[in-house]
Formats: sequence, C-alpha cells, structure tokens
Amino acid sequence: MNGGAYEVDAPVGRSLADWLREDIGLTGTKIACNEGHCGACTVQVDGVPVLSCITLVHRVDGEVTTIEGLREHPMVDAFVRADALQCGFCTPGQIVSATALVAENPMPTQEEVRHAMAGNLCRCGTYPKIEEAIASWQD
Amino acid sequence: MARLIKTEKEIEGRYTEQWVVVDEDALEQWPAGPRDTVGRPTPRQDGSRRARGEARYTADVKLPGMLHTAVLRSPFARARVRELDMRIAKRAPGVRAVIGPDTAPLTDEPAYQGAPVAAVAADTYGQARAALALLEVEWEQLEPLLDPDEAVRRNQLVDEPSSYERGDLERGFAEADVVVEAEFRTQTVVHNSMETHQAVCHWDGGDHLTVYISTQFVWGVREDVAEHFGLPQDNVRVVCEFMGGGFGSKNGADAHTYIAAELARMTGRPVRCMLTRREENLDAGNRNATIQRLRAGVRSDGTLTALDGEFVNSNGFGGWLTSTGGPMRMLYACENVRTVEYGAKLNTPPMKAFRAPGFVEGTFGLERLMDELAAKLDLDPLELRRRNYAQHDAMDERPFSSKNLLECYRRAEPHWARRDAVRASSDETWKRGVGLASQVWYGGGGPPSYAWVRVGADARVAVVTAMQDIGTGSATAMAQIAAEELGLPIDRVEVSLGDTARGPYATVSAGSATIPSMGPAVRSAAADAARQILEIAAQRYDREQRLLSLKDGRIVCSDGGSWPLEEVTGMLESGQILGKGSRGPNPTGMRILTFGVQVAEVAVDVQTGEVRVDRIAAVHDVGRVINPLGASSQVEGGIIQGLGHTLSEERLLDPATGTILTQTLDAYKLPTFADVPVIVTDLVDEPDTHLTNLGSKGLGEPPIIPTAAAIANAIRDATGADVRSLPISREEMLRALREARERGTERVGAPAA
Repeated sequence: MNGGAYEVDAPVGRSLADWLREDIGLTGTKIACNEGHCGACTVQVDGVPVLSCITLVHRVDGEVTTIEGLREHPMVDAFVRADALQCGFCTPGQIVSATALVAENPMPTQEEVRHAMAGNLCRCGTYPKIEEAIASWQD
Repeated sequence: MARLIKTEKEIEGRYTEQWVVVDEDALEQWPAGPRDTVGRPTPRQDGSRRARGEARYTADVKLPGMLHTAVLRSPFARARVRELDMRIAKRAPGVRAVIGPDTAPLTDEPAYQGAPVAAVAADTYGQARAALALLEVEWEQLEPLLDPDEAVRRNQLVDEPSSYERGDLERGFAEADVVVEAEFRTQTVVHNSMETHQAVCHWDGGDHLTVYISTQFVWGVREDVAEHFGLPQDNVRVVCEFMGGGFGSKNGADAHTYIAAELARMTGRPVRCMLTRREENLDAGNRNATIQRLRAGVRSDGTLTALDGEFVNSNGFGGWLTSTGGPMRMLYACENVRTVEYGAKLNTPPMKAFRAPGFVEGTFGLERLMDELAAKLDLDPLELRRRNYAQHDAMDERPFSSKNLLECYRRAEPHWARRDAVRASSDETWKRGVGLASQVWYGGGGPPSYAWVRVGADARVAVVTAMQDIGTGSATAMAQIAAEELGLPIDRVEVSLGDTARGPYATVSAGSATIPSMGPAVRSAAADAARQILEIAAQRYDREQRLLSLKDGRIVCSDGGSWPLEEVTGMLESGQILGKGSRGPNPTGMRILTFGVQVAEVAVDVQTGEVRVDRIAAVHDVGRVINPLGASSQVEGGIIQGLGHTLSEERLLDPATGTILTQTLDAYKLPTFADVPVIVTDLVDEPDTHLTNLGSKGLGEPPIIPTAAAIANAIRDATGADVRSLPISREEMLRALREARERGTERVGAPAA
C-alpha cells in the first residue's frame, strides 16, 4: 500500500476503511455513509477506484493507494487552486477518483469527468470547481 | 471606548433585543473595489490540509482509551417504553456503561422515530452495537399525529402562531384588477452533511470537560454543555478545528454530546458518540415541509395591492417556527399584507435551521405566485418585480443600510434576454424556457465577536479567534482582511480558530453571520497591531507617526523612506505585538438585508416529465466581497443544494406509521456531478457604507433562496404548466402539464422566437 508493505492483523469482517482509519491511523480516507453510497471512502486498488467501506480488508488483492499516497500528485494542487473543496470531508475521495481517471485518460472530456466522478457525492456543491480542477490538473 | 448599547440582534431571521458592550468602530471603510489582498481571488489557506487528508475532523479524533457509543432509538413514530431491562446488555463483552431514559435527554416516551431511548458505551463500536440488541424493551405503540392541518386544528403547535398584518387587506383585494390564489407545498429535506453529527468527550478531574465536536458554534456548545452539567462555562473546552459540513444542523450541543459526556463521566474514559448515516437521516434535523395557501391582488399596471398567506410548517416534534411568510412581508412594496404562520407539532423528527430556513420555502410560493400574476396581466415577470420594488423596509419603513436589487435586475437582463433563443430551441419532446426569481434575506451579522492579532519578531502574523470555518473559507477571508490592514502578503498571516480555550468569543457560523460579524473584529485587531508597529517605527526611524504606513511588508514613509517590517519587529526578539479588536454595533434605525435574483434555463420532456436545468445565472448583492473565488463557491454550492431541493430530494414518510423511508444516501437523492447546470455568478460587490468597517454582508444563505422558484418559473415559461409542489418529481410535472392542457395554457410546438 502506498509503496510500502503492511501486515493485516484484524478481525474477520474488518472493512478496508476501518482498517485504514482505526488500525493503522491513516485517517485521510473518510467514512461518510459506511454503506457504499457516497464515495467519500474511495481508495484505489491497482489503480481502480474502490469503496473501502464495503471492501473487506482480507479480500484485498492488489496494491492499495489512499490519499496519503497521492499527496504529491498535481491533482491536489489543482483542487486547491480551483477552490474545488469546501468542508473538505469528501475531498480525499474525490481526489482518489480524479487521479484514477486521469491516469487512464489524462485529458477527459466534461462528459467523461461527470461519468467517472458521479459516484462521489459532495454536499457543499463543489462539483463545478472539481470539473475545473480536473480540466486544469496538468497546469 | 467601550460603550453599553441595546441592539437588535438577528440570527436566521429571529430578532432579539439585547445589551451588548461594544467598542466604537472608528476605522473608515476601505474604498470600493479590489485592494491588494481583499477583493482578490484567493485559494483557501487550509485547502491543502483538507485535500491531502491531513485536516483533523472530529471523526478523526482518537483519544487513548476512547470508548464508542451506540444509541437505542425509537423504531416507532410515537411510543412508550413500558419496560427496559439493561442488565444483560451491561454484562455484554466490552460494555463499560449503559444509560437509559432516566438520563436526560434520553426518554421513555419517544415522540418520533429515532428519538434516543438508551445508550451503550463499549470498547469498540461493534460491541456497543451488539449490546443494543441485548437491551430488552417492551414498547407500547401509540397513535402518531402526522397531518399538519390536523395538528393546527387541534392546536398542537411548537410555538404560538405568528400573525402579521399591515394596511387593509380587504380594501387591497377590492382595489385589485386581478386576483390569484394558489396552494404551494414544499417537502422535508435533510441536511445530510458529509461528516455526521458527532462528539468526543473527555473529563479532566471530574469538573473540567473537553468536547471535540463537529459544530457551527463552539461557544454555543460550551454554553449548552455547561448548563446541562451545571458547570462554570470556563470548565468546558470545546474544540472544532475542521468540520465536515453543517448547513444549519450543527448550531448546538444536541443529544449525542450529552450522551457522550455522561458516559465519559461514568466510565472515566473518553467517549465518542457518532451518528451513523441512517441516524443522521432520522435525528439530525431537517428543513420542515410547508403548506402555503396564498392569495395576491394586483392592479392592471402591475402594482401589488394585497398579499395574503397562511403558512403551515410541519415542524416535527420540536424546533422553532421559521418565517415562511418572511418573503411575502419583506420582498415587495405592497401596502396591504397579512401572514399567519403555524408550526405544527407532529410525531416526526424535529426540524433545525437549514440554510435560509423559511425563506427558501416562502420564496418558492411567493415568486411562483408573482409569475402567475405576470401571466394573467401579460406583463414581463422582471418588469412586474421592478414595479413593486421596495424603497424602504416594507414592514416598518426603516431605510435599508444598502440595497442594490435594481442593479441586480439590471445585471440579470442579458440572461433574461436569452429566453427567446432558449424557447426557440424547443422541439416536440423537449420544451425549453427561462424563469427568474428574486431573493431577500438577512445576513448583517452583529456583535459580540472578538479577535486578537499577534505579530512576532519574524513579522509573521497570527489571527487568533475562537470562530469556526465550517467549510465556507471564512478563515481565509480573515487572513485576507488582516493582511490587507497590515500591508502584508497573505502567506505571512495564519488564522488560529476553533478552540474556546485558545481564543476570544466569536459568532455562530450560521445566519450568514461569520464574515459580517468576524471580519470587522479581525480588521480592528489588525489595525490595533498596525498602530503599535507604526508607533515603534516612528521612534526607531525618527519620523512623525502620521507620515508612516504599512505596505507590501514594509514600513513606508511619505518622505520616501522605506524599511522592511522585520527591521522593526526584529527588535522584539521574543517579544510580540498584540492587537485586539471587536465587532462594532450595527447602524441604528436601519434594516440590513441581502438581495439578489437568479435566472434559470430549463428543458422539460413533456412526455416523461423529466426536468433538466441547463443554466442558472445568479446576481447577488451582499456588500463588499472579500474573496471572489470563495464567494463563487458559496454561490455554486447554494444553487446546487437548491437544485436538490427543487428536483430530487425528499424525506419520505410512511403515511400510516410515520416511519422514515429514506434513511440512506441511496434512497435520499442528493445532486451529483451529472445534475449540475452551467452556473454564472455575478456579485454586485458594493460596500454597505453604513455597515461596520468592512461593508460586507453574509453570502452563505442568499444563493439557495430563489433557485427553486426560478426553476419552477422557467418550467412555466417552457411548458405553460404551473408546478406547485416540491420536489418537482415527474408525477408533479405531469400533473401540472395535464392541468395546463385542461385549462388551455399548455405551450405546444416550438414558438416563434
């Protein structure tokens, strides 16, 4: 995970999100609904966005990337520059989804952005600014 | 000099008279327009910490030995706990304490689904949840009261009905050439902040309590908790550095905080109590549903002669009576107005303030009614609004401290003028149209609010105040204000906030109050520090103080001399320059309000009833704008929440049992990326010359107010159909289309441009 190796020592049934937050103290991943509806807990497994709150940690088979592993990604600065966050609680999940998108497709169209990001809810309504951030992430 | 005054204080439209001690605010306002830092687009200072996942929210607070709480909530809308046996649960693995209905605010007579009845603290959340199942409860189910009109008939109200009348209503209707009458309904919506309500409580020595809480008001929580436990307020420390959204639902301590604090007291360990998403959809407040029975009379020239409204708010089992009639009383210059508002006390979860409570709902009814009037008169809807422009406060004839609504209308014209082209782009299935709606709201803030400014030897500045930034970017605005006053680049200024033990009293972050309340206090603290710096510089450089000023990180003399600020502050070594400032009084005898207009473009599929919003232009007058970047985010956020309120969000109730059917974010439909229209933001940015040393009003709430009405009016423009209830579901859209067809107002085909 994030370029390092971890040994999982958790009870059966532990979610990846709880393991990250409670067991190894990586609290950048947020839990907002804890049932796979909102996207706040998104991490990547082998580059694919995954909802960590409904993923069992023991079933993960691949390299996990959390927001802590993406802190130096230019997408983070793009979000700050564009003011693509308000309360910021959904933001790590948004950035994890956005970086997965541009890794596959560095210059997505607006439709592609909306499709790829539709599973990440933001109650503050930063969607227009997130679109701007993704459109300008390489600037 | 400190002055004792009696002032009118307004929060969320509720006015109170109170004594306040204020320092005279002697600073002149800056001239209008962008300055070095204030008025310039500025990325938020804490943006990187939030984006990188480094910001510590209440959800991330983990104290050694911390216990977790699960709460037993009533599964019924109304019930009585005949018997509750907690003995088995108390012996369950990991359980450290259990509390039941004899501990306030837990209850054995739950009056809505989700009301807390008992709570368990255990080593893990899983253990606490498991123990809930071991609580043996014998429930007696009671008949819930769910019909708001029935509640009014039975006088089951949360508050006295609120009645208002001016002029002579019957004469007003007699003078009218056209009268329209309609009933509007708005639904219950839930705040659903991404961070649910939660607190971590920890006692020190039995009489000192620390509360980490996701809140909009650390001082309000301090007061609530101190009162609940009979502690001196200074024994309670409340901390909220980062919080994940509130929108009005997090203004007080609430049950979860008392539960955590009580369990922490009993166990001697820190205790977390966090609502799940499902609990958040039950017992964390909501925007109450309304029924609005409205009548308006107008002369053929467009002058309103009478406005009459009966408003029934479905409060749930508590909360307060919001001003759903406020827009009818305040938005237009109508001589004859009557409003009656009822707050029906029902067996449903209690409402809380939600972003412009009352005015969002009331504006939908009033502004839809205005468009129905305009259609009857065959008058341009924008012109109808201009003809009823209020020159002064319609309620008590007070002058406005500032009002630029006509300028908003003027700036809306190019957006409004798009409607011929938009209509002409209709086809057989998709009808397109444009609608607009106006907005009035409070947002002037007020005293008390305090700030300290600390300048170190390195000429870096800390703004210290126990306000909170709930995600609006208000902390960055404070840094901009201090930087401007001290003539420093903004990266030399940091804001320390969110801790009642580490800063002076600051305003609630609700009622659009943070910027207009805190901004002037921060400016006055920075000015105090600047004055001290210049006093020292005058001695150091042997110049007259009146010739010196601060600019670009330097001390500048009008004789051409200029020295880096560090040269003076550097002499302090470990010394510090401390400035203090406070929010001055509001102007007496004036009404401080915010105004605006939004123009919406929609497309309606007349076969399926699907509504798409393509574009919304928002023009608002909120006085001076501190950060145009953050301000545009507030406008977009308000409109997108308004979009959800208009089209998709609804808390659904089983009408037979009063239980909540929409407890998840799957069932409760928040707007997503795919729903967002083009949003154009235009702020008038004219300082209110009567209001404080800044001339700034609040912006959090105004943008959500006119959105629903503008969309609904655009639907009328597109289709000729009058939607009268929110959300505008496909059923409601098809009903309105059927009605329009029957009365012959439906637009068919694509009209000529």
